[in-house]
Amino acid sequence: MATEFHNLQELRHSASLATKVFIQRDYSDGTICKFQTKFPAELDSRIERSLFEETVKTLNCYYAEAEKIGGQSYLEGCLACATAYIIFLCMETRYEKILKKISMFIQEQNEKIYAPRGLLLTDPIERGMRVIEISIFEDSGSTSSSSSGSSPSSSTAQ
Amino acid sequence: MSAVMITRKVTRKWEKLPGKNTFCCDGRVMMARQKGVFYLTLFLIIGTCSLFFAFECPYLAVHLSPAIPVFAVLLFVFVMAMLLRTSFSDPGVLPRALPEEANFIEMEIEAANGNVMAGQRPPPRIKNVQINNQIVKLKYCYTCKIFRPPRASHCSICDNCVDRFDHHCPWVGNCVGKRNYRYFYLFTLSLSLLTIYIFAFDIVHVVLRSVDSGFVNTIKETPGTVLEVLVCFFTLWSVVGLTGFHTYLISLNQTTNEDIKGSWSGKNRVQNPYSHKNFIKNCCEVLCGPTYPSVLDRRGLMLEDSSSPTPSDASAASTYKNGNPVSQTTKSSAPLIPNEHTPDEAKPGIGAGTQKSTSSPKEEKPPSPISPNAVAPAVIKESAH
Repeated sequence: MATEFHNLQELRHSASLATKVFIQRDYSDGTICKFQTKFPAELDSRIERSLFEETVKTLNCYYAEAEKIGGQSYLEGCLACATAYIIFLCMETRYEKILKKISMFIQEQNEKIYAPRGLLLTDPIERGMRVIEISIFEDSGSTSSSSSGSSPSSSTAQ
Repeated sequence: MSAVMITRKVTRKWEKLPGKNTFCCDGRVMMARQKGVFYLTLFLIIGTCSLFFAFECPYLAVHLSPAIPVFAVLLFVFVMAMLLRTSFSDPGVLPRALPEEANFIEMEIEAANGNVMAGQRPPPRIKNVQINNQIVKLKYCYTCKIFRPPRASHCSICDNCVDRFDHHCPWVGNCVGKRNYRYFYLFTLSLSLLTIYIFAFDIVHVVLRSVDSGFVNTIKETPGTVLEVLVCFFTLWSVVGLTGFHTYLISLNQTTNEDIKGSWSGKNRVQNPYSHKNFIKNCCEVLCGPTYPSVLDRRGLMLEDSSSPTPSDASAASTYKNGNPVSQTTKSSAPLIPNEHTPDEAKPGIGAGTQKSTSSPKEEKPPSPISPNAVAPAVIKESAH
């Protein structure tokens, strides 16, 4: 288990990006947005399995709530249709509200759980809702880990 | 690296997006490149309605009811709103994979393929997923470097992968996908109603006037009527037919793309895993479902100060998240895909108002011819949870 404790800023300034892990989508329930809770091997030494699973499950719950087809979505849809969808120019949709909650949740998770372990979650919306990107950082002084699947592009840091 | 004054040019992300879309209003509007047929659609609708308001409405408002032009105006506004929404919005484009993600997927594929003997074509890149007790194959997109989500397809005209891809419609000048399908359907539905409305009241108007002043005189007084009737007559067959077709698709929760390819035609016991088997539920999901956000951050800012001193990987705490310049240089190393050619879509036929993208079969050309000695197609089984 890595014992370096970083906060988010310290991470950005002193740590260097070692590799990235991508959590793929889980399509077993159809096309709804849901991510796999399978624990990637690269994170084995960095974070507890339960914490990771908790994060992904909470994200899945948020997305399920956003995509739920029920009374509220019908109401929103019918109301918007009645106004020829002009109302969407002024109003924020339910999905957008939940996306904001998700963004805050990810930030909070990063600050409390992931940054202290040298990890960084990227909001899936920035990757087309395809993957949850987890960046794994190493201390600049130490040798970087050997599994360098990522191309050494300096411009793709967070 | 001299300490030169860096003029920070503010670029928005839409300027660097790959694909063949055109953007207007600083990224707020997103359309396909060829817009000629869209202008024709606009001209036909606005022209016909103008003639209706000029020639028929004054007479009908006086002789029948003033509600007639009022309702026509409302219907016209609704049609235009739906058309513009369909044409200008992001259909559900999936952004291309950034280099790290693309490499990650490549590594996964290579790990699954095992050893491919030299000189042999590698097996096709397919992932199998089980949805509702049905095996669905996810195909790899060589242009976008991703495994396409279920129901997504690559549009060769716009050169993008679109989620829940229905078809590329030249009449609206855009793809029809997850985000704008309901607007497209409401457009065709309301246009059908408008066409029937105008056609019906044209006939009523001609009949009423002919009773007073004779048929020939009526035509002389309101020449616009003839044009309107002509346009409406031909539009009726195509648009009403199209609305009927899409109503059928919605009731089965299918896309035009799936219908053409015969994905769920029932042979080999393949059923549509996305259908709720209930007409009402399917309609509600498609028409009253949640409004999905665009994942293309078109108006986000890309900061381009490239001469920052001693750049360390993690110090770029700026919003420069997009490795797009990098991805653009790596784009040239992507394998050449035969789907870059634009299929002939400029066929404004009367019967078919839609154009279907036939890119997917073309996409498969590189991996599909498997030599007899090759290994079995590498199928990366989804081991969820």
